Amino acid sequence: MEEIINSRVQDIEVQDYHINIGPQHPSTHGVLRLVVSLKGEIVENLQPHCGYIHRGIEKMCEKDTYPQIIHLTDRMDYLSAHMNNHAVCLLVENALEVEVPERVKYIRTIMDELNRIASHQLFFGTFANDLGATTCYMYGFRDREKVLDIFEQSTGGRMLQSYYTPGGLMRDIHPEFQKNTKAFIKYFRKKIKEYDRILTGNVIFQQRTKNVGILTKEDAIDWGVTGPTARASGLSCDVRKHHPYSAYDKVTFNEVLIPEGDTFARYMVRMHEMRESMNIIEQLIDNIPAGDYSAKMKPIIKLPAGEYFERVETARGVLGVYVISDGNKNPYRMKFRSPGFCNLGVLNKITSGFKIADLIAIFGSLDLVIPDIDR
Amino acid sequence: MSDCFFLFRPESKYYKMDREKLKEKVLGLVPGLQSEETRDFTAVTVAADNLHALALQLKNDPDLLFDSLLCLSGVDWGKELGVVYLFESTKQKHMLEVKVKTTDREKPCFDTLSDIWSGAILHEMEVFDLFGIFFKGHPDMRRIFLAEDWVGYPLRKDYVDEVNIVEL
Amino acid sequence: MGIKIKSMKTEDFKDNETLESFRKKGGNIVLAKLDDIVDWGRSNSIWPLTFATSCCGIEMMAASAARHDFARFGIEVFRASPRQADVLIIAGTVVNKMAPVMKRLYDEMAEPKYVIAMGACAISGGPFFYNSYHVVRGADWIVPVDVYIPGCPVRPEAFIYGIMQLQRKIKLTTMFPSIRK
Repeated sequence: MEEIINSRVQDIEVQDYHINIGPQHPSTHGVLRLVVSLKGEIVENLQPHCGYIHRGIEKMCEKDTYPQIIHLTDRMDYLSAHMNNHAVCLLVENALEVEVPERVKYIRTIMDELNRIASHQLFFGTFANDLGATTCYMYGFRDREKVLDIFEQSTGGRMLQSYYTPGGLMRDIHPEFQKNTKAFIKYFRKKIKEYDRILTGNVIFQQRTKNVGILTKEDAIDWGVTGPTARASGLSCDVRKHHPYSAYDKVTFNEVLIPEGDTFARYMVRMHEMRESMNIIEQLIDNIPAGDYSAKMKPIIKLPAGEYFERVETARGVLGVYVISDGNKNPYRMKFRSPGFCNLGVLNKITSGFKIADLIAIFGSLDLVIPDIDR
Repeated sequence: MSDCFFLFRPESKYYKMDREKLKEKVLGLVPGLQSEETRDFTAVTVAADNLHALALQLKNDPDLLFDSLLCLSGVDWGKELGVVYLFESTKQKHMLEVKVKTTDREKPCFDTLSDIWSGAILHEMEVFDLFGIFFKGHPDMRRIFLAEDWVGYPLRKDYVDEVNIVEL
Repeated sequence: MGIKIKSMKTEDFKDNETLESFRKKGGNIVLAKLDDIVDWGRSNSIWPLTFATSCCGIEMMAASAARHDFARFGIEVFRASPRQADVLIIAGTVVNKMAPVMKRLYDEMAEPKYVIAMGACAISGGPFFYNSYHVVRGADWIVPVDVYIPGCPVRPEAFIYGIMQLQRKIKLTTMFPSIRK
């Protein structure tokens, strides 16, 4: 009897098993399809298939004027809508060599940092939700609503605002903007300690995220990873420090670097970045200079012929905008170097050897927004 | 939280090569290069055959050390198709643009740079999908955004699609 | 904060001629009562499928979160599997590559099922109507839609209003088609 069973066991081959995650799945932050090949429960290889939200924004930009393009960039990485607008505005202003008023620079920096806080709050909520901690989802969204209230009062929109235009802002800020922002910072400094109490010190969370999905610094440079994902591997790549724009050269803040490179490091970088953003806002909020909210621009904006490149730091990484202009009011070719597209490439490398449940944790920690990848 | 190691670095001074010296150095690497200046960076046009050799030297030369691929974009210049690469060095902090063009619109083909910079893998798939430019030696050349049976290359200037595009 | 939102009067909310014209008097009393009970149960516990493609998905998530909690309207959980869901909320742009996937999800859902088109992109293509080569101009080219909610992105309050309209529509359905309510 035993010989029969043993001989049967030797005939069984272990084969690769392919499963399909997505495009409709509660854990992918958008519509991304991953074809995962498994050996048992261990992930061997992973192939991302994107394009399920590819709207052809780069082709549409060739028929739009520059102020119209700003409304499209809002919808690319919708969680850092202000930073996306900022990139196109900076490009147009630097190409035309227009000097924006100081007031505009201060307000743009403050709005960017508020948006960064809102984006990281949503990251906190959805990352914890993916791992099963649903209470943190409610905490993150409850505090995010306060930031969205501030946005709505001044700009009219909660998540997608199109508030910046080439030359300045659409309209001036609300008179209560400073008071509300200071009240929010005071409120959130207390609440962020709650986040640490509920999740960061939690034993289950630490065991699921420490030493999982390690990205080395050399890999980060090779694959073009930027943003908090790269800073969690010790790579210093913050555009606000290396190529400062707007009012970032007037503030002092720390660039948070953690050398480990695992999922826990990626989470901690974002928690600390929220605190640094609050420091930046505190330095600027009381000193907003008086003045115009927009520089005088021609009604039809035409960039001189040539090539231009500009980059900003969004909540996910470096957004680069590359424009080839031939002197018309529409760009000849507009290319967005989106942070999500470059960060996605590294997913295959850092998940091989881990289990499927770790894949969900790693994918959540990369903080990808899929319309940013697909444009 | 207590066993995390934090590093807060102040802004560091970096060595940046002068743009003139950079241009001289790069023009001497491979024969047949033409250069032009834009406001922010130097742009170099290279022939398709020398692309891979130039790229290897850009990455490995101790003065240049371009280890980060910033942007890879396909362009349709009307008669020619091509690719524009933007390189940056994380140590030297200088930037360079490399252009490569071809007049063959039926089967445009370049060497892949994904063995030098792994970040180029996904970008070259995107360029193949939207422009039709094939990269020799790429590990996984397939359409990434559009469906496998899509006909045509949308970002080319002569792409016409009455069914899908509604013109303003 | 003091943002005042103008609210609707109750008589304006109840005034909707198209829906009310489906009501006809007469019919079997027992079965009409049964219809009422079943419709009350169905409309107050609509469970949606998780189908958020782009920006409107985040506002849908915000509507489910602490401030605009829509669990008080009966949407207790999001179901990940289409076989267990009642309503397909199309939040975000539908593109050519995603359209067969959405049709398949709709086909897999069990009767009775409803579809809500949330946002300008799902109604008509939205900001991507002109000059895009890959966008389906409106989800109703693929699946039949019951409620359209305009907005870009849809405010959570508007989304809850759309859900309430769907609840009204469900209350007018009947189990036995031969007897019109």
